[in-house]
Amino acid sequence: MPELAGLDEGTPLFAQIAERLAEEIADGGLAEGERVPSMNELAAFYRINPATAAKGLNLLADDGLLEKRRGIGMFVASGARKRLLAQRREQFASRYVEPLLAEAARLGIGADELLALVRESAQSLPFNTQGGVTV
Amino acid sequence: MTQTAISVTGLTRRYHGHRALDQVSFEVEAGSIVGLLGRNGAGKTTLLRILAGQEFPSAGSVLIHGAPPTENEAVLRRMVFVREDQVYPDFKVRHALRIASWFYPNWSPELADALLADFELPPGRAIKKLSRGMRSALGIVIGMAARAEVTLFDEPYAGLDAVARQIFYDRLLAEYAEHPRTILLSTHLIDEAAGLLERVIVIDHGRVVLTADADDLRGVASAVSGPVLAVDEFTAGRVLWDRRRVASQASVVVVGALDEADRARARSLRLELSPLTLQQLVVHAAAQQANTADTLERTSA
Repeated sequence: MPELAGLDEGTPLFAQIAERLAEEIADGGLAEGERVPSMNELAAFYRINPATAAKGLNLLADDGLLEKRRGIGMFVASGARKRLLAQRREQFASRYVEPLLAEAARLGIGADELLALVRESAQSLPFNTQGGVTV
Repeated sequence: MTQTAISVTGLTRRYHGHRALDQVSFEVEAGSIVGLLGRNGAGKTTLLRILAGQEFPSAGSVLIHGAPPTENEAVLRRMVFVREDQVYPDFKVRHALRIASWFYPNWSPELADALLADFELPPGRAIKKLSRGMRSALGIVIGMAARAEVTLFDEPYAGLDAVARQIFYDRLLAEYAEHPRTILLSTHLIDEAAGLLERVIVIDHGRVVLTADADDLRGVASAVSGPVLAVDEFTAGRVLWDRRRVASQASVVVVGALDEADRARARSLRLELSPLTLQQLVVHAAAQQANTADTLERTSA
C-alpha cells in the first residue's frame, strides 16, 4: 500500500505511528520539550484516520514519553530519550543477537568464528569501539 | 460521550422472494469514518438507499440521529448520499452545484470551488458531456461541499484514476479534520481506503459478517507458506481459514495475531509469513460467513 507512506500491513497503524515517533525521539530528531505533530498532521501525512493517529499519540502519552499541554498539543517529555535508549539496550539481545546466533548455528558458524567476524566488521565500519552511545 | 449517528436494527429487504438484506443490524458512531465493504451484489447499495430514505425496508428499522429518514425532510437535509452513477437532469455543472447549495444548510461554496479546481471540472460544462470519471468527481464535490452531518458515499469513484482517487482521500481527510462528520463509504477498493477507516462493516449475501475497528484487523490473520511439514508444525492448534497445497508446498491462512516469538519460529522453519491485507481479510470473511466475528474474537482474546 504505497499511499500509506511506508507503513506495513501486519501491525496496527496506531502502534506503528507510536513506534515511529519513539524512533524519532530516540534518534534525537524530536528533541525533548519539542512539540510533536498533532493527530491531524499525522493523519494527513500518513493518510490515515485521525482517530488512529490519536491512539498512537495517546499510547506514548500514557507511557509518559509525551506530555499533553492543554490547548497547545503534545510535547516530548523530559527524560523520554534516555528511557527509550535504555529500553532499546534491553531489547538489543533479543532483537539482534539472538537472530544472529540462530542464523550462525544454522550455517555451522561457531562462537569464535562469529566473534572474529564481528570484530572484523566493526573495524571496517565507523563504529565506536569504546562502546556507549554518544549523546 | 459518544452519540449514535446511524442505528440499523433487523433490517430486511426482499425483492421477489430474494433477500437483498437479511436481518442487518449495526450502529455507526457520530463523527466516525466507516467502510461498508463487500462484494458486488452483497447488498451495500440497497442498504445505503434505505439509509438515505430512497427505498423502504421490508422489515426492521433505520434511525438517523434518532429519527427515521423516510419522507423526513429534517433528517434528509442533514444527510447527503452520493451514489455510483448518479443521474443528473440536463444541467451544467454549476447549476447542479447551485441546486445542491439550496438544499444543504451547511453547503460551502468555497469548498465546492476548490474541489472543482482540484478535479479540473469545468463549471460551465453540460453534465451529460462529462466523462464517467468527471461525473463521479461532481458527485464527490457535492458530497463533500454539502458538509452534511451524515455523508453516504456509494462507490463514489467509478472512472476516476488513481491520482484523482488520491485527491479524494486527501481532501476527505482534510475536510474531516476541520469539519468532523459521520462518513459511511462503500468501496471495493478496500486496501486503498483501509487507512482512512475507523471501523468496517462487511456484508455478504445481505448479512453482516463482520464489524470491527479497522486497525484491529491489521495483522489479525496471516498467510503462512512453505514446506508442508513445516507449515503443519507451525499451524498445529491454530485456527485455519484456507488451506492450499501444491506438491510439497502448502499455504494456509492462520487466524490470530502473531507475536515476535511466532515470527522467529516461522523464520527458523523457513516459512514465509505475510499478513492479510484488509481486502484479503474481507474475501475470507465473506467466505466464512457469519463465523468471522466469533473466530476473530476468540483468537484475539
